[in-house]
Amino acid sequence: MYNLLNNLIGNDYLAAVVAALLPLFVFILPYALMAVLAERKVSAFMQDRLGPNRLGGKYGLLQTVADILKLFQKEDIVASEADKKLFNIAPVLVFTGTYAAFAAIPFSGAYIGSDIDLGLFYIVAISSLVVAGILMGGWASNNKYSLIGAMRSAAQIVSYEIPTALVILAMVMVTGSLNLREISEMQTAYIWNWNIFGGAFSGIEKFLLIPFMLISFVIIYISTLAEVNRVPFDIPEAESELVSGFHTEYSGMKFAMFFLSEYANMFAVSAVVTSLFFGGYQSPFGYLGNTLGISWLVPLEQLFWFAAKGLFFVFVQMWLRWTLPRLRVDQLMTVCWKYLIPYAFVNLIIVGLITLL
Amino acid sequence: MALKTEEMVLNMGPQHPSTHGVLRLEVELDGELIINVKPHIGYLHRCFEKHCEAMTYPQVIPYTDRLDYLSSMYNNFGYVVTMERFLGIQVPERVEYIRVIMGELQRIASHLIALGTYGLDIGAYTPFLYCFRDRETILSLFEMTCGARLLYNYMWVGGLSHDLHPDFVPKCREFLKVFKPNITELNNLLSYNKIFVERTANIGILPAETAINYGITGPMLRGSGVKWDLRKNDPYSIYDRFDFEIPVGTGAQGTLGDCWDRYFVRVREMEESVKIVEQALDQLPEGDINAAIPKRIKPPVGSIYGRVENPKGELGYFIMSDGSTNPFRVKLRGPSFVNMTVFGELCKGHLIADVIAILGSVDIVLGEVDR
Repeated sequence: MYNLLNNLIGNDYLAAVVAALLPLFVFILPYALMAVLAERKVSAFMQDRLGPNRLGGKYGLLQTVADILKLFQKEDIVASEADKKLFNIAPVLVFTGTYAAFAAIPFSGAYIGSDIDLGLFYIVAISSLVVAGILMGGWASNNKYSLIGAMRSAAQIVSYEIPTALVILAMVMVTGSLNLREISEMQTAYIWNWNIFGGAFSGIEKFLLIPFMLISFVIIYISTLAEVNRVPFDIPEAESELVSGFHTEYSGMKFAMFFLSEYANMFAVSAVVTSLFFGGYQSPFGYLGNTLGISWLVPLEQLFWFAAKGLFFVFVQMWLRWTLPRLRVDQLMTVCWKYLIPYAFVNLIIVGLITLL
Repeated sequence: MALKTEEMVLNMGPQHPSTHGVLRLEVELDGELIINVKPHIGYLHRCFEKHCEAMTYPQVIPYTDRLDYLSSMYNNFGYVVTMERFLGIQVPERVEYIRVIMGELQRIASHLIALGTYGLDIGAYTPFLYCFRDRETILSLFEMTCGARLLYNYMWVGGLSHDLHPDFVPKCREFLKVFKPNITELNNLLSYNKIFVERTANIGILPAETAINYGITGPMLRGSGVKWDLRKNDPYSIYDRFDFEIPVGTGAQGTLGDCWDRYFVRVREMEESVKIVEQALDQLPEGDINAAIPKRIKPPVGSIYGRVENPKGELGYFIMSDGSTNPFRVKLRGPSFVNMTVFGELCKGHLIADVIAILGSVDIVLGEVDR
């Protein structure tokens, strides 16, 4: 993609800037706008309500746009006792951490921000930046709710990175690659080649792998839920206890940045799960472009499948949010350390043995 | 090396999403662990008791609406029952039945808020709106009857302000028919949810003895396994004519008297209230809705204490008369206020998140705590 842009624009630096900004404006911003609306619509649907239905025609399509405009106009309040530098950096850092993760995510065969071989490792590492941002925001606000929220958040995200990493490790054993594009390529052609169904293996290994792939998927899905602070793990925000946790004191655009990065993060983790287990951008059954012989249609179809799969998991996150209550902080840790991590370990060993067969 | 540590004092409220009004909690924390909780009340104090002294007896009724504003009907009920006993008035049969119907519908409405907001406190948003959906129907029934949706001023000394609307009985039956499966839905969605049970079972355990010592009443006392309900133990109005049970806590999911028990007693009380309303609708007689009472109400010199089983517990009115048209003294025994006293005791040794869970299970309404 970068090479294509480089050829088009003819300037290295400009191409790099465009390549970096492209996903933000083409995908993440419109996605976040729609996701916020979708969240409200989904919740309304589940709760016997209508949801936003005035602005922008029948379905309240422009509701989020109006909300963002409102946030732009809001006074940017910084509490007088707050640590101003850290307070201002925190939302940027959180957003950067989230956004940078998109660089290694393959949207389609033709577009991946940076096709590096350590893609998965990079994503795991860069999303840890979010913790620093949250801690900073919580500390700098000089608010007790924020501080408790930030403390909880740090403990939670750091803990849940372990089962995530263990499952990713198992997947690396299965696929033999850390590059998400390569992993996606391996799961090509048909639905039974997806890693959740044993991947590109054949024969007995494939059938042995299937149950463990399912376990891996469940573990990584639960732990990513915790990493993005969604219900039932929204303890750092815990509206009914901590008002809104680490971003209690934020207003205006800084608040919007936290909000945006939450939704972006939801998609990022869904995208990773999709790429690891559900064939990434691969279609479950061939491509129309191949059948018709139109080669440029294939990447577009891939983009469609990728977005569809990713958004499905985002929808599941919303679904859970509007169904489940919230865990308590010690129960959250229990789930992680007593259940997820041991299971992830055992799973890792068994998957390793199977791949050695 | 021992690091120097100190406790953090967290000020929860009066502006806080889960303090159910303007309650302020001074929470001493050691990390997430609670060392001490000190509730501060009085932000909503409106001098109810003193105000009553400047009012005539019937004029007090609208003020009772504003005590526990989620069970206005029952506050009216308590006051008029007490006044009628004071004056020795016998009200017509129809009035008694309508009062019971309204009272029990109000109990359902009040419990729906208690359960819904409890779910919200625990983090489940959806049951809250399901509860409000059903409460909305009840409020429409009230609106149909007396024109108001929150503060009814419906029950008067010696009668009612309005007779039932002709559509009331069929509409009410329809509501009950719809409502019964909704309780099951609530149970499936929230009551037996694993996470919800984890959050509420074995939390804030209130032993029966402590509850009695503190004078706790209502669902909170029954949650601890004590079978005490004024509708059965000290029947007023016509409650002795109906067939219903008193649900008590069983410790089904944890220990007897924990938050889950208190929660579930309310769920089952709604089922019992449905039964009472059904029976009352079946037996509802025709007739007058006002007894013959003197134009100016002047009770004899003396005092009286009347109590009823409000959705939240024992609601008692102590009324003292000096023979004039205004009460000499009115003292209210508010269930929320008394139930609140044990709160600090329940919270000790729990985590911050549990404070919210315990507070929700006490089910206070600040309008009554502060008066």
